[in-house]
Amino acid sequence: MAIEKHSTPMLDQLETGPWPSFISGIKRLRDEHPEPRINAMTNDLLGQLEHSYETRKGYWKGGTVSVYGYGGGIIPRFSEVGKAFPSSKEFHTLRVQPPAGNHYSTSMLRQLADSWEKWGSGLVTFHGQTGNIMFIGTDTKNTQHFFDEINEYGWDLGGAGPCVRTAMSCVGAARCEMSCTNELKAHRALVNNFVDDVHRPALPYKFKFKVSGCANDCQNAIERSDFAVLGTWRDDMKVDQAEVKNYIADKGRQYYIDNVITRCPTQALSLTDDNTLVVNNRDCVRCMHCLNVMPKALHPGDDKGVTILIGGKRTLKIGDLMGTVVVPFKKLETEEDYESMVELAETIIDFWAENGLEHERCGEMIERIGLANFLDGIGIEPDPNMLDHPRQSSYVRLDGWDEAAEAWFERQAEAGK
Amino acid sequence: MADMREPIESGCPDPWQYMHPMMRKNFGQWKYHEHPRPGVLLHVAYSGDKIWTVKAGTQRILDVFTLRKLCDIGDQYAEGYVHFTLRSNIEYMVTDEAKVQPLIDALEDAGFVVGGTQNTVAMISHTQGWLHCDIPGTDASGVVKSMMDELIDEFRNATMPNRVHITTSCCQINCGGQGDIAINIQHTKPPKINHDLVANVCERPSVVARCPVAAIRPAMVNGKPSLEVDERKCICCGACFPPCPPMQINDAEHSKLAIWVGGNHSNARGKPTFQKLVAAGIPNNPPRWPEATAIVKRILKAYKEGARDWERVNEWIERIGWPRFFEEVELPFTKYHIDTWRGARASFNSSSYIRF
Repeated sequence: MAIEKHSTPMLDQLETGPWPSFISGIKRLRDEHPEPRINAMTNDLLGQLEHSYETRKGYWKGGTVSVYGYGGGIIPRFSEVGKAFPSSKEFHTLRVQPPAGNHYSTSMLRQLADSWEKWGSGLVTFHGQTGNIMFIGTDTKNTQHFFDEINEYGWDLGGAGPCVRTAMSCVGAARCEMSCTNELKAHRALVNNFVDDVHRPALPYKFKFKVSGCANDCQNAIERSDFAVLGTWRDDMKVDQAEVKNYIADKGRQYYIDNVITRCPTQALSLTDDNTLVVNNRDCVRCMHCLNVMPKALHPGDDKGVTILIGGKRTLKIGDLMGTVVVPFKKLETEEDYESMVELAETIIDFWAENGLEHERCGEMIERIGLANFLDGIGIEPDPNMLDHPRQSSYVRLDGWDEAAEAWFERQAEAGK
Repeated sequence: MADMREPIESGCPDPWQYMHPMMRKNFGQWKYHEHPRPGVLLHVAYSGDKIWTVKAGTQRILDVFTLRKLCDIGDQYAEGYVHFTLRSNIEYMVTDEAKVQPLIDALEDAGFVVGGTQNTVAMISHTQGWLHCDIPGTDASGVVKSMMDELIDEFRNATMPNRVHITTSCCQINCGGQGDIAINIQHTKPPKINHDLVANVCERPSVVARCPVAAIRPAMVNGKPSLEVDERKCICCGACFPPCPPMQINDAEHSKLAIWVGGNHSNARGKPTFQKLVAAGIPNNPPRWPEATAIVKRILKAYKEGARDWERVNEWIERIGWPRFFEEVELPFTKYHIDTWRGARASFNSSSYIRF
C-alpha cells in the first residue's frame, strides 16, 4: 500500500546545494526501500522534522528503554506529536561501541547495515560525539532484537547516562608517525575494564576516556574527557639533519626560521649557519609543532609513554574545564604498565563515585575540593608539572610545611635525583 | 523472562580484525607522511611500505543505501577497509598509487566530497538536533548541510593558513565541542514553566541543584508544588530543561545562534584554548540559516587573508589583537563580550599593551 507522503517544503530546500544531503537519504528510505515499515517510519520522521522546522521546536522526549540485562546504552525517544506521526512515535537510538580507532571492513559495515534495516529505520551515523556508532530510530521491541543480533557477532552497547561512556582513540600507530603509544590497547584496556560501569549507570555523572597518540590531540582528549591519555616521550627527539637540509633546500631558510624556529613555544630550537637544527631537549615541551612542519626530519624519541590529564569537560554546570595533569609521564609497554593505568582509573572513579555530588563531573569535583585534596584522595604526590605556576594567594595555612618539604626530599632521594 | 537472552558484555571490539593489512603490518612503524593533494595523504613506513588515504565528506547521517554505496566504492576502487575520522569523514586506504585517482573519481561521481585534509575547513562536527535530540534549540544537521554547501571549496582545497575546525551545537551542552569557529544556540529568555506538570515530571531538588546561578527555587504555584525562576538571576543556559521538560527553554523567536572563535584542542605551539564569544543574537532561521553562514564566511575570509602559515584562528587573533579582529570581521563589540563568570578577571587586559 502506498503511503501518503508528508509535504516537506522546508526540508526540500536542504536537498539543493553540492554537499551530500541527509534529507535526500531519508527520502530514499521512504521512497525506495523495499520494507514498508521503513517507508512509513521515515515518512513520519520527515513529517515531524518538517513540523520542527516550521515551529522551531523539538518534539522528542526521553524515557526509559533498555535491553535485557543492561541499564543504559539506549537513547529513548518518544514523540510528543506521535498522533500525527504514528510510525515514528518511538524512535530510539542505540549507542554501539566502535572498534578502537574506528577501523572497519566493508564486509562488517554491510553486515551491520543488513541487521539495522531488519530491525531499525536504516539511519546510522559513524559516529556520535561521544564516539558511538549511532543506530538512529527503532521502537522498543526492535531495540532488543537488533541488539541481540549484533551482540552475537561482536558488538556491544556504549554508555548513556551517569556512567563510564564509550571511549575514543585516534588512528595512531596504525597509520601515523607521530604516535607515541599503542592507542588502541590503552583505549580497550581502560574502557573494557569498566563494562559493568558502562552498562549500568550508577556514577555521579558521565565519565569519558579519550586517547590521543601525541600532543596534537586529534581526539580532543584534554578538552573533552575526564581521563585523557596523550602519547609523549622523554628522551631526545630524533633529528635527521640531512632531511632538515632537504626541507630548507625546498622552501628556503627563512620559511623554516619563521615557521619552525620562532614558533617553538619554549624557544628550544635554533638553526645554525650551516642549516643544522639544534634542539634543547631539556626545554622542549613536546608540543609537536616542529614535527608537524618537518615530518620527514623530526621524530619522537624512543623513550615513549603517556601523560594523563584528569577532569576535562564542557560548560554545564560550572564552566569549561580542561583536564589537569595528574601523571606527567608513565611508561606504557608491559602488561603491568597497562594494569597500573587501569588501577589508577579505578582509584579515580571510586574516589569520585564516593565524593562527587549528583550530576557533578570529576573535574567539577576537583574544582570544589581542590587539586591537592584530590591528589591526596587518590594517593598521588604533588608534582610541579601539574601546575602552570605555584599559588599566588597567601590565604593558606602552612603549618604542615616542614613535613611536606621533608617528604619531597625523601621522594626525590628515592627516585635517585 | 525465560526467553530473554543474556547480553555478551564484550565492550569495545578489537580493531585488529577490521584494520587494513598494510596498517597491521606497519603498526607503530610509520616514518613520515606527505600530502600529495587535498583529500589525500601518503604515509611511508620505515619498511618502505606506502599507503595512500583518500578522505571524503558525507552527509554523516547515513541511510543504508548510502552506507552500502560507500562500501561498494571501498570494494571496487579501494581495498575493502575504511576508517572514520573524529569529524565523521570516511577514509579509504590503498596500497597502489594508481588506485588513488579512480577512487577519487568514484567518490566524487557518487556525490561525496574528497577533501578535508590539512589546511582545509574540515567537516563541521555536530550531532542531531531536531531530528533526534530531546532538548535541541535548532537542527545542527541542517545548519551543517547549509554551511557546508557554501564552504565546500574550502573543504576541497587546502588553502587556509592552517586547519579550521567548525562545530555546531543545539544547546549549551555543546556536543559539537570546542572549535576554531563554533555556532551554538544561545537562549535569551528564561524558561517558560508549565506549573501543572512540574510536580509529576521533575525531581525538584535535583533541578534546583542543576542551576549554575541558584536562580531556581521550589514554590507553590496555583496550589501545586512547582518551581520558580528568579528571572533577574537567570542566565538562560537551559540546564534546567533536560531534567525538567516542563521548564521549556526553547523559543521559536528568542532562542538565537551565537558564534564563538578560537577553540583549539591541539598543544602545538601553545596550550589548548577554549573558544570565545564574538557574535550573538543571530536568528535561528531554518531551513538555511543564511545569517549565521554569512558571519562564518566573513571570519574565514579575514582569517585566510590575515593569518600566517600554521596560525590557527586563536593564534591569528592573539597576534593581531581583538580590536582588529572585530574591525576586520565587521562585528560589534559590546558589554556582553566581557566575561562575568568565575575566572573572568584573568581575561581582562592588565597591561599597557594596546595596538594602534
